[in-house]
Amino acid sequence: MGDGERPQAAKTTYREALREALRDALRADDRVFLMGEDVGRYGGGFGVSLGLLEEFGPARVRDTPLSESAFVGAGIGAALAGLRPIVEIMTVNFSLLALDQILNNAATLLHMSGGQLAVPLVIRMTTGAGRQLGAQHSHSLEGWYAHIPGIRVLAPATLEDARHMLAPALADPDPVLIFEHGSLYNVSGELLPATAPVDLDHATVRRPGTDISLITYGGSLPKTLAAADELAAAGISAEVIDLRTLRPYDAQTVAASVARTHRAVVVDEAWRTGSFAAEVSARIAEESFYELDAPVERVCSAEVPMPYARQLEEAALPQAPDIVAAAHRAVD
Amino acid sequence: MSPARPTSARKEPTPRKAGKKTAKTRRKTGAGSPSDRPAAGHRTDLLEAMLRIRRFEERCVELYSATKIRGFVHLYIGEEAVAVGVNEALTPEDAVVATYREHGHALARGITAEAVMAEMYGRATGCSGGRGGSMHLFDASRRFYGGNAIVAGGLPLAAGLALADRMRGQDRVTCCFFGDGAFAEGEFHETANLAALWRLPVLFICENNLYAMGTALARHEAQTDLAMRAASYGMVAWAVDGMDVEAVEQTARRAAEAVRSGAGPHFLELRTYRFRAHSMYDPDRYRDKAEVERWKERDPITRLLDRMREDGEPVEETLAGIERRVAAEVDDAVEAAEQAPEEPVEHLLHHVTSASAEVS
Ligand SMILES: Cc1ncc(C[n+]2csc(CCOP(=O)(O)OP(=O)(O)O)c2C)c(N)n1
Repeated sequence: MGDGERPQAAKTTYREALREALRDALRADDRVFLMGEDVGRYGGGFGVSLGLLEEFGPARVRDTPLSESAFVGAGIGAALAGLRPIVEIMTVNFSLLALDQILNNAATLLHMSGGQLAVPLVIRMTTGAGRQLGAQHSHSLEGWYAHIPGIRVLAPATLEDARHMLAPALADPDPVLIFEHGSLYNVSGELLPATAPVDLDHATVRRPGTDISLITYGGSLPKTLAAADELAAAGISAEVIDLRTLRPYDAQTVAASVARTHRAVVVDEAWRTGSFAAEVSARIAEESFYELDAPVERVCSAEVPMPYARQLEEAALPQAPDIVAAAHRAVD
Repeated sequence: MSPARPTSARKEPTPRKAGKKTAKTRRKTGAGSPSDRPAAGHRTDLLEAMLRIRRFEERCVELYSATKIRGFVHLYIGEEAVAVGVNEALTPEDAVVATYREHGHALARGITAEAVMAEMYGRATGCSGGRGGSMHLFDASRRFYGGNAIVAGGLPLAAGLALADRMRGQDRVTCCFFGDGAFAEGEFHETANLAALWRLPVLFICENNLYAMGTALARHEAQTDLAMRAASYGMVAWAVDGMDVEAVEQTARRAAEAVRSGAGPHFLELRTYRFRAHSMYDPDRYRDKAEVERWKERDPITRLLDRMREDGEPVEETLAGIERRVAAEVDDAVEAAEQAPEEPVEHLLHHVTSASAEVS
């Protein structure tokens, strides 16, 4: 490829990448609209939708009352009627007030109606800890949503995914939940223009390796990549898998990786008990048992409501040294 | 102006005293003056629509006892005037969101007895392909969006369907049925606020049958004047005699026309009563037999018949004809359901996602 043809990389943040994706979506299809608490005048609780109200007007960038159940349910109704709503919920903790609508309606209507009522809805929300916001703003509950058949659960961990996951999510005829990790919004870097849409059905290898598979998603990806660097310095070649989609779960990519490396560490910011990491571990045990040279390791959050104090929060969360230690246990 | 009663939002056709809620003290709404009396043929249609629901459900009782149909089955007997009267105010382009007590709403909307019965049998030909059952009837072609077994769970959907119409400039109405029990749920209040705030074209139909399962209205609501509470959100709210199909129709028509013309959401409290237990599982121990009997005197079907007789319409022959037709329709529905194929177990995972709908 000559220099003239090389796609131009642009400096951007995860937040801006998400905003560009929203802008594209609003431009591309007039059935698309954005709705949620403070998405308009305020610019989004985390600033993702800043400026979109001015550009697209209050009918398509809708500030809602504080009523998660009603506006998520209204999103479902609007989707049933042929629109393509993108509903923003400030954080996953607040999504619990809309859980009835998400589980009992969005995820269920297609099946209950014998295939008549599809719900092409996208719900975005923040998840995760790391910003000293205390227990009611910091949990990682996407694994709970991944439990539910009928919805797709996405966790964009990179600038590219933040920028290019929304379009295929909107093209999905069924409900899609996108979990944006709060500690990623300010991550910045060079964003290459997309060459192909993000494949929402498959996990991806973020870094190839031969000695151990580090399996993670979302906000834990940067920490896991840092751990892989450290392991490399110690002579251990770690493969890093970004699940990127929790449901449908891509067992093949994980199994193929474990077949190469024979060891696995699962990194998940949720609590260990009943976490998505538990599901990944069980699937490895079911499908790759004879490939394993060591027990599957898990690095998760401490079993505690997320504390406020900086050192306590740091101690509660999976950190790169914890991932390195787990990898050493598996390899040594 | 009394602060407790926003006058702008209390334009009841029949004023009534707040807080009165027994059968005795309820004011009955008349069917209007003779001048706006509808054509005789129309009354026959109303009668037939109500009898279809009544006879269909009476057969459901038998079929349930014979274990032909299972699950939770909630009968609408006694409340037929509500579904039938309200449906008269709607067009095929309007949307309907219903509850788990929705056989009446579904039949009034034109879903055939055959499709509903087959659904209750869990058959492939059922209106939800055997995946819904009595509580989850759907028909996308009739814009019938359930069939929701979560109390108040359908209300936000109605707001969303209406929002879509609003955004596309379509003058359609979304009609949402729910019970008095739904008033205690946050979803009712969130949706009422949202619909009024955004002036969404929603017609809220509260079927106040005085009970949420076994809990009487006065034992579940601190303030039992439901229309007034709805009005407090800034929407027009009327209370109607839900045992009088013509009164229901007239009021629903006025409300639907207002909603359609952009006047924002309207709320109707339909004062009605279910003659049967809450569900087939309910021994009905929480209410007085005499109360039930008193309400049966206001049976919406007999009431319409009486009025037709009073007006000298040739009722008996009409009635016999309707009964024959409806009985045949129900018989055919049962027969068809008995013969209908079961949804194959190999299709278990169909319709979980749109992609899984196509694979087998
Ligand atoms: C959220 C929720 N809570 C509880 C129930 C159990 N339940 C089913 S029907 C019902 C009573 C509802 O009464 P109402 O809304 O007045 O409707 P009606 O049955 O009288 O038509 C209850 C409590 C439910 N289905 N959903």
